[in-house]
Amino acid sequence: MSDTMHQMHGTGENGAVHPAIELRGIDKRFGAVHANKEIDLKVDKGTIHGIVGENGAGKSTLMSILYGFYQADGGTIHVDGELCDIKGSDDAISVGIGMVHQHFMLVETFSVLENVILGVEGGAVLRDGVSKAREELERLEREYSLNIDPDAIVGDLSVGLQQRVEILKALYRGAEILILDEPTGVLTPQEADHLFRILETLKEQGKTVVLITHKLREIMAATDNVSVMRQGEMVAHRKTAETSPEELSELMVGRKVLLRLEKGKANPADTVLKVDNLCVDNAQGVRKVKNATFTVRAGEIVGVAGVSGNGQSELLEALGGIRSAAEGSVELSGQDVTPGKGVDAAELRRRGVAHVPEDRHRMAMVTAFTAKEAAILGYEDDNTYQKGALLDWDAISKATANMMAEFDVRPNNPDLKAANFSGGNQQKLVLAREIMRDPELLLVGQPTRGVDIGAIEFIHKRIVAMRDAGKAVLLVSVELDEIMSLADRILVMCDGSIIGEVSAAEANERVLGLMMAGVDPKEAKAVEGQA
Amino acid sequence: MENFELIILLLDATLRTSTPLILAALAGMFSERSGTINLALEGMMLGGAFSAAAVAFYVGSPWVGLLAAIATTIGLSLLHGFACITHKGNQVVSGMAINILMSGLTALVGIALFAQGGKTPALDKASRFQPITFPGAESFRDVPVLGPIYSELLSGHNILVYIAFLAVPAAWWVMYRTRFGLRLRAVGENPGAVDTAGIGVVAMRYRAVICSGVLVGMSGAYLSTAQGASFLQDMTAGKGYIALAAMVFGKWRPFPALAACLLFGFLDAAATRLQGVVLPGIGEVPVQLVQALPYILTVILLAGFIGRAIPPKALGRAYVKER
Repeated sequence: MSDTMHQMHGTGENGAVHPAIELRGIDKRFGAVHANKEIDLKVDKGTIHGIVGENGAGKSTLMSILYGFYQADGGTIHVDGELCDIKGSDDAISVGIGMVHQHFMLVETFSVLENVILGVEGGAVLRDGVSKAREELERLEREYSLNIDPDAIVGDLSVGLQQRVEILKALYRGAEILILDEPTGVLTPQEADHLFRILETLKEQGKTVVLITHKLREIMAATDNVSVMRQGEMVAHRKTAETSPEELSELMVGRKVLLRLEKGKANPADTVLKVDNLCVDNAQGVRKVKNATFTVRAGEIVGVAGVSGNGQSELLEALGGIRSAAEGSVELSGQDVTPGKGVDAAELRRRGVAHVPEDRHRMAMVTAFTAKEAAILGYEDDNTYQKGALLDWDAISKATANMMAEFDVRPNNPDLKAANFSGGNQQKLVLAREIMRDPELLLVGQPTRGVDIGAIEFIHKRIVAMRDAGKAVLLVSVELDEIMSLADRILVMCDGSIIGEVSAAEANERVLGLMMAGVDPKEAKAVEGQA
Repeated sequence: MENFELIILLLDATLRTSTPLILAALAGMFSERSGTINLALEGMMLGGAFSAAAVAFYVGSPWVGLLAAIATTIGLSLLHGFACITHKGNQVVSGMAINILMSGLTALVGIALFAQGGKTPALDKASRFQPITFPGAESFRDVPVLGPIYSELLSGHNILVYIAFLAVPAAWWVMYRTRFGLRLRAVGENPGAVDTAGIGVVAMRYRAVICSGVLVGMSGAYLSTAQGASFLQDMTAGKGYIALAAMVFGKWRPFPALAACLLFGFLDAAATRLQGVVLPGIGEVPVQLVQALPYILTVILLAGFIGRAIPPKALGRAYVKER
């Protein structure tokens, strides 16, 4: 390995500078899906190159081909001007390509050091390589200011630190080209900023970075060049300085998109949901929600922001009736509906609470069901769907077709398997099922996770329409942009507690980010004032 | 003094009864730490025991018998691997299928070859592993306390007993101190990490089940050519499952698994020794109760009374590259 680890990358034989990566005519099919169509891409050495596109545009497939995870059906890969035959990850590593995957490829029970040396142990017996690895690791940490304890167990580290371990892994293997696949999805804005500083340092040291993301803000902030993919095709290459988020989103979707949601002022009326001192424990008995107290009024959207895993999921599940309250109470329009004591999800549904869970596939639908079966889940005992002791499939089909038309679910076919719809259309179907029952309170978690921009716009409009119809909406999302554009009031959760509330008018990313990291709201605003 | 002798005899028997459990538990550990559930230990042990006894009978050497047992169990391991690793089949089903297959196949081949109702012919002394007497064991015998421990407890076992006990630190060293062990543990926790590090997941898992085969082969050979003197139909009598339970009880780690095997071995030995013995104050112990103890204990332990065992994260899941 050590012979390939410090392989020279640089100018070609005649002194001309080759692009770090050049892809020519890369083509890949998965069965009927044409994931990559004749893709050409040039990434200049020593730059940060962004690749944007909607979910399913083929970005990840393209990068997986470059990293040897898949084989392309056609086309060639050139690294530093040399034609490379990349058959597996080891080939990619040997030509200096490193990848930080969206889902970290780490062994959680191992130490940082063990994770870093996995695959490049430097000898059949670990002891021989470990001390050398430790020195090399310390050198890398200094050089790129990636502070991390080599002996820490990876499973105990925060996601931000785990990501650094992934970067260290790639650097340790001598990566000159670093690919990051959706690296900020799990980070707070501050952690993301830190990541971008690390990428800047990498660039200064002459490394090449490829950043895959669907967040245009990150592209604009961090990259030198950007390539846009749409439906498996490479549709444009731009210098970041010469483009705008509006142009990029139009290129991604293929039509004009409203990035900023247009909505009027909220007219909040009576309190619909009153949560008092609510505590929720998870299955292991760990307290995940600590003394949550807040209200949601009719005609307003209350957003719950926070880094994933800080209790928002448990809060939403408790309010939806699928998790019991350990302490505290919940009132719906003045009536006690504290989850647990005879109040379950079915009871809440009867009382006019609609719940769109965070995890669409695990909680909101059965993907093996047809659309019409999925469209009545939770309401299957409704009278309109019954014919004697049996289900009235004609009525159900009609109702489903109606939902699909109303929410623009494509294709409009109630007999198609739920799994065969795109993420956006699945989500629209779930929203249609819940919203068209005309509930008093809509609980909605991650409404646009894995949904493409066009559908996001639609979903956001429908949620605002609920509000304008005088309904109460509680929105949980880890996407700050989504919270900021939808919510009228924003609650921030950190480590199970609601750390503070910010009105939509005074919310900005820095203040929310600091609060999400556990900084007291007053302090957060003070810090913001100085900045 | 009589009690002391009883204890020595009991511990001596414990070493003998725990030997096949230790080898099989280590076998299970290698397989499961790499992510492949190995419920087939029972059937593999049976296959190994039959091959060892049959080949030792024809050739007249226990060593050739041992090699035959190992060859058989490696073959079965590869079959298990082919179903579970290559074809991503259900690992529990594959394991149970091998158990059922071997229960029938050993009896069938046994009847076809020897016509003794599924047994193999009794082996003579030269075809079995013989006790090894340590130097000076006889002269030390009369030294109080240390004498019996040395000459009775430590000396006088066959080579496989010593191999089993040495295999524990060896397995620990391989698992925690070598590149192979690091990769093996990694592939059982997160095969994606191994794949992206440029190491073949499938090859790694095959190597792990082959290790498993070697160890469980020895435990089979021990039953028919060291502890016993022939193969008997279904002679493993659940030892493969007990070994698996010991491994789980030991949280997939060599030394705790050894401790669990010794505990189960001790109960087994006690069941034999206590047969008909009248204990002061208790009276005659019903032997069925003692015989049932390892199983009762297993159920209690697996129900989670003593610490939660956290299995390797990728255990039981075939590796599929995600899109």
